[in-house]
Amino acid sequence: MTTLLIAEHDNSSLKDATAKALTAAKELGAPVHILVACEGARAVADAAGKLAGVEKVLLADDPAYGHALAEPLAALIVSLADGYDAIVAPSTTAGKNVLPRVAALLDVMQVSDVIKVVSPDTFERPIYAGNAIQTVQSTEAKRLLTIRTASFAAAGEGGSAAIEIVSGAANPGSSRFKGEQVAKSDRPELASAKIVVSGGRALGSAENFAKVIAPVADKLGAAMGASRAAVDAGYAPNDWQVGQTGKIVAPELYIAVGISGAIQHLAGMKDSKVIVAINKDEEAPIFRIADYGLVGDLFEILPQLDRELQATLPEGKS
Amino acid sequence: MKILVPVKRVLDYNAKPRVKTDGSGVDLSNVKMSMNPFDEIAVEEAVRLKEKGLVTEVVAVSIGDTKAQETLRTALAMGADRAILVTAEEKVEPLGVAKLLAKIIEEEAPALVILGKQAIDEDNNQTGQMLAGLLGWGQATFASKVELSADVVRVTREIDGGLETNSYRLPAIITTDLRLNEPRYASLPNIMKAKSKPLVQKAAADLGVDVAPRLTTLKVFEPAKRAAGVKVANVDELVSKLRSIGIAK
Repeated sequence: MTTLLIAEHDNSSLKDATAKALTAAKELGAPVHILVACEGARAVADAAGKLAGVEKVLLADDPAYGHALAEPLAALIVSLADGYDAIVAPSTTAGKNVLPRVAALLDVMQVSDVIKVVSPDTFERPIYAGNAIQTVQSTEAKRLLTIRTASFAAAGEGGSAAIEIVSGAANPGSSRFKGEQVAKSDRPELASAKIVVSGGRALGSAENFAKVIAPVADKLGAAMGASRAAVDAGYAPNDWQVGQTGKIVAPELYIAVGISGAIQHLAGMKDSKVIVAINKDEEAPIFRIADYGLVGDLFEILPQLDRELQATLPEGKS
Repeated sequence: MKILVPVKRVLDYNAKPRVKTDGSGVDLSNVKMSMNPFDEIAVEEAVRLKEKGLVTEVVAVSIGDTKAQETLRTALAMGADRAILVTAEEKVEPLGVAKLLAKIIEEEAPALVILGKQAIDEDNNQTGQMLAGLLGWGQATFASKVELSADVVRVTREIDGGLETNSYRLPAIITTDLRLNEPRYASLPNIMKAKSKPLVQKAAADLGVDVAPRLTTLKVFEPAKRAAGVKVANVDELVSKLRSIGIAK
């Protein structure tokens, strides 16, 4: 049969998470349709149709889906579910919000945070903050999966799928969008960045994040992240949190600055290709998983690193 | 107004999980178990709403073996008024838990149910959403701020790019994120008092819900270990290492 992938977008652009979840969806071995539910943003559907290997794009263009509220979106997905034997969404906050609701409405158990498709009905997923991997088989009539995007490469472009307009089920009206505070940033998105520089409690203040971490992150074209301790202390915004209950990242390079390396933090970054730890405590657990460790005071090391990177960048870039 | 707070007994968040050598699961014998940290936040929020006079009763519910009574006593010591233990011998999946909770909700008719956003053992992040779906209620997941009024709850949610605020018609489901509050410690007098608060037990089997597992765990294994790294002496050496792997220019 067919797989339905729920697109991740912000009403104006398609997010990278969709292309990554598409790779996992294609591994199920069936044709993939992408559902774009949004408000007046055909551009998102066009972008989804260009992804390689997409057979069809379903566009539900209705103000009800403007902010991905779970109640109307789940009703829409359930109304489309008959034609599909797998429904897949990326493990973003939007995907995690809506898909279990769909699962319950379809009376199906969901498999969360798939990191590997072993076969069309068998998946690997991390449990216990990534300290164990579970191989789980779903023989449900429909397989409902959320995909850990850090574990899959983004599908490329080159497709030209047709767009079909679909209309949704009635909005249950139990929820209403009131407002949002979305941080605007020129830096790459944390979950899909190739390089991440993260700070911990040792930074001491939000000002130090801006003064010490930001220049290095900008030189490297990196996203900025933070430990839970740094977020709780108000040094960094909530959505920078890397860890079991924050964002899961797997960049080419992860630089952990002043982060001790609690298991909850490691759960969010230990699949990074190269890990660099900068910490003044040489016993810090982060050094046990770091490829390169530097013991010392971050307030001396980071400015030095910044100068060194400046010196090595090609002229005209700084 | 009544609030229902489901809580789960899990391996303590500080304990290092040990994978059993036979690949059947994680070894939970002789390890410290505690209330799931997100559920503590849920209990705290419910008790705070009661302290503000917005709520008349807080009922804690747990599903599991009889040891989950300890977890419910903790909730009672934090300020919950009474507790319900739904006893189940086998592990119950989120869908089964949601169905059992829906049965309890039918009897208790709370205006609000506050759950943790995920349990730190199975890391599913499903139960609250499933429960909302089964009941047809609104769901405010990943809550970092809750403002309750007579028939509506306004919830600020942690989303990937920042924060989002929505309003939900009551009854509704809320799942807690870390930043919602700082849970209190149960004081010794409150722990003593909690021992005499009502705790009723019901067998899952008597609730008329099929909670047979839908998924089959084939194997549980340890993730691949990272190769040991090296310590570098200074920034120069670090940058040359990064250059050697093609990262820094």
